Amino acid sequence: MRWRRWRERLIEALIRFSGFSSITLVVLIFVFLLKEGLALFSTVSLGDFLGGRHWYPISDPPRFGILPLLCGSALVTLGATALSVPLGVASALFISEIARGWMREALKTGIELFAAIPSVVLGFIGITVLAPLIRQTFHLSTGLTALTGSITLAFMAMPTIVSITEDALTAVPRGYREAALALGATRWQMMVRVLLPAAASGIVAAVMLGIGRVIGETMAVMMVTGNAAVIPHTLLQPVRTLTATIAAEMGEAVRASDHYVALFAIGIVLFVVTFVINFMADRFLHREPR
Amino acid sequence: MLFCATLLVALASAIVIGVILVRGAGGLGWEFLTAMPAKGMRAGGIFPAIVGTLELVGLTVVFALPMGVAAAIYLTEYAKDNWVTRVVRLAIVNLSGVPSVVYGLFGLGLFVIFCRFGTSILAGALTLAIMTLPVIITASEEALRSVPDSFREVSHSLGASQWQTVRHAVLPFAVPGIMTGTILGVSRAAGETAPILFTVAAFYLPRLPHSILDPAMALPYHLYVISTQIPNIPQAKRYGTALVLLLLVLSLNLLAVMLRTHFRRKRSW
Amino acid sequence: MSTKISVREWSVWYGAVQALRAVSLEILHQEILGAIGPSRSGKTSFLRSLNRMNDMVPGFRSSGRMTLDGSDLYAELDSQQVRYRVGIVFALPLPLPLSIRDNVTYGPRLRGERSRERLEELMERSLRAASLWDEVKDRLPQPAMKLSGGQQQRLCIARTLALEPEVILFDEPCSGLDPISTAKVEETMTQLKSRYTIVLVTNNTKQAARVSDRVAFFLMGELVELDRTEVIFTAPRDQRTNDYITGRFG
Repeated sequence: MRWRRWRERLIEALIRFSGFSSITLVVLIFVFLLKEGLALFSTVSLGDFLGGRHWYPISDPPRFGILPLLCGSALVTLGATALSVPLGVASALFISEIARGWMREALKTGIELFAAIPSVVLGFIGITVLAPLIRQTFHLSTGLTALTGSITLAFMAMPTIVSITEDALTAVPRGYREAALALGATRWQMMVRVLLPAAASGIVAAVMLGIGRVIGETMAVMMVTGNAAVIPHTLLQPVRTLTATIAAEMGEAVRASDHYVALFAIGIVLFVVTFVINFMADRFLHREPR
Repeated sequence: MLFCATLLVALASAIVIGVILVRGAGGLGWEFLTAMPAKGMRAGGIFPAIVGTLELVGLTVVFALPMGVAAAIYLTEYAKDNWVTRVVRLAIVNLSGVPSVVYGLFGLGLFVIFCRFGTSILAGALTLAIMTLPVIITASEEALRSVPDSFREVSHSLGASQWQTVRHAVLPFAVPGIMTGTILGVSRAAGETAPILFTVAAFYLPRLPHSILDPAMALPYHLYVISTQIPNIPQAKRYGTALVLLLLVLSLNLLAVMLRTHFRRKRSW
Repeated sequence: MSTKISVREWSVWYGAVQALRAVSLEILHQEILGAIGPSRSGKTSFLRSLNRMNDMVPGFRSSGRMTLDGSDLYAELDSQQVRYRVGIVFALPLPLPLSIRDNVTYGPRLRGERSRERLEELMERSLRAASLWDEVKDRLPQPAMKLSGGQQQRLCIARTLALEPEVILFDEPCSGLDPISTAKVEETMTQLKSRYTIVLVTNNTKQAARVSDRVAFFLMGELVELDRTEVIFTAPRDQRTNDYITGRFG
């Protein structure tokens, strides 16, 4: 009996340890990023890093300004958000309020199916199908542009936006809908004036999580945006994002060189940004609906 | 109008899958699937990439499943409702939001370099395991919560300890949900490229890996390289690789969904 | 008759709400003690204190003393020990989704019983004592969920008996059952009295009258009156007891 107590104590200790593993891992990740990345700031100032307009890591002397990369990420993200939020919210409205029966299931399956497709496969389709399409449509020299990236990422973010928005809409009590309709509102008015505001915090959370997904996306965006580390002026030119930079250049960077630590520094930026976005999205998800 | 928007989104997946299916089916053949690559990938097959992905994913489950289930058990059966628990949950949310390439950096820094595992299946699997952990924890937690509280109460009333109750009156009935969640997590891990870029992946290995300390080929990385860096590969082979990866991931998803439906129907409570 | 469980000044709080106020009574060896009272009277809190099922309710606090054969239930014994000796049958039949056999042997198995013969013997004895053996002896490996409500409740009684407790608590055990099943359960209770001490909480005063030796009337967390069944139902001392029994409130 005593032996069994001991064994139980051990098992429960392991369970507790695993329970705290998530905290341990987040901290560990951050610590490792800092360990390597902070070394950059002994040679480059934070201002030059964040605001520098030139990313020439292998030139002599190297320049590590990530402004073009920040702009690249921002542009692609904005484009993707502009596309995915209206489409996503519209789809969620349709699915939760209008669609019924097998059509609803089919639509939901179609959207969720997209979420299962690996990003490298989407990048592949982006290169082989979408980019040539864009090139022809806009008469460009290359189809690998920020727009291509935005479109691809918009579709990648949509399952997240649709599903969380749908949850938020379903959580709105029936009474709201019935009251609005009873007061003479049309279906459309009811959805826009009553439902959407009521589900607002959930929708904001959905959008933020979608944005978080987009900012963090690496492979698809790396394959279709063209990898030109210059500050973009339009959507129709190649850009480079923060994530793509790390993925593309880490293979060439010499260990412990400035280039190497610079890439880790970019990793820190990404970690912090997505941390903040996810944190805020989580707060919105757990707010009381109006 | 709303309908068109929804249709667009839903059809996108059908289009993507359709294109790959149509253009890639021609490339699939016994040789393609079972032969080693030759001539810098212009001939031969992708067998080692398939094997590499399977080994990687298998090892990932070995690491991620026990820890994930244990963490979920902690959250549902042991944790009290206080700020510590809230921080744990916040950490899980954040782990799931970390960009995949940052995981790759972390895996590089910790497992490849610091732990000296080198570019290896071990390093890659550990990295993927951490990435998959939030998915498994969330799914397991949901599965554990779906077990009625009355089971726990009955078990306690018969003199069982907390762990005995979890082990005999809760866990066995949460297994289907845990399995489903794990399979879904695994299917995600199988398709990931960025975490394995620096931790395990090699492009052209003439031999299969001998041990988990060897680098390996993997399907996602393979697809990435042949679609961006190597010219003159026949289209059928490229689409074929994409198709194999897609089929692997989608069939795992399908398996998970089928399991979920099957067990929901069989449930007697 | 000797005292089995002694309760002294027992009070219970859930958070800020006080559910029981300084209850004192003795539960006698091998009697059936019925506890009656309207809802929120504290009778269920009292029952659950007896086998420490309240421990798991968040915010639970108690003061006072409960002893089982002289040992303090809270200070001296650990909760698992208490529950091996004081079993409980709940209001709704709650079989686990296991076979009939596995349900009944659940307690002894977890307590450490390994011998298959002993487990089979315990199971048969418990099912007989619960008046269920004849109905299920040919289908022991079948799922317990397939039994009828009344059979499930008797299964739960058998499950509790398999641990060979000294005291059995019944928490409104017939509330979900039809009259025939109710009669069977009441009959089982009466038969069990010869070997176990029984405490029965019930909303049905007539059931308490049928089955109990003594009856305790609870109201708003207080023990109002405790006496032999005949006395309570024919000549209660407290006006409130009389009002409850005659149906003036409840």
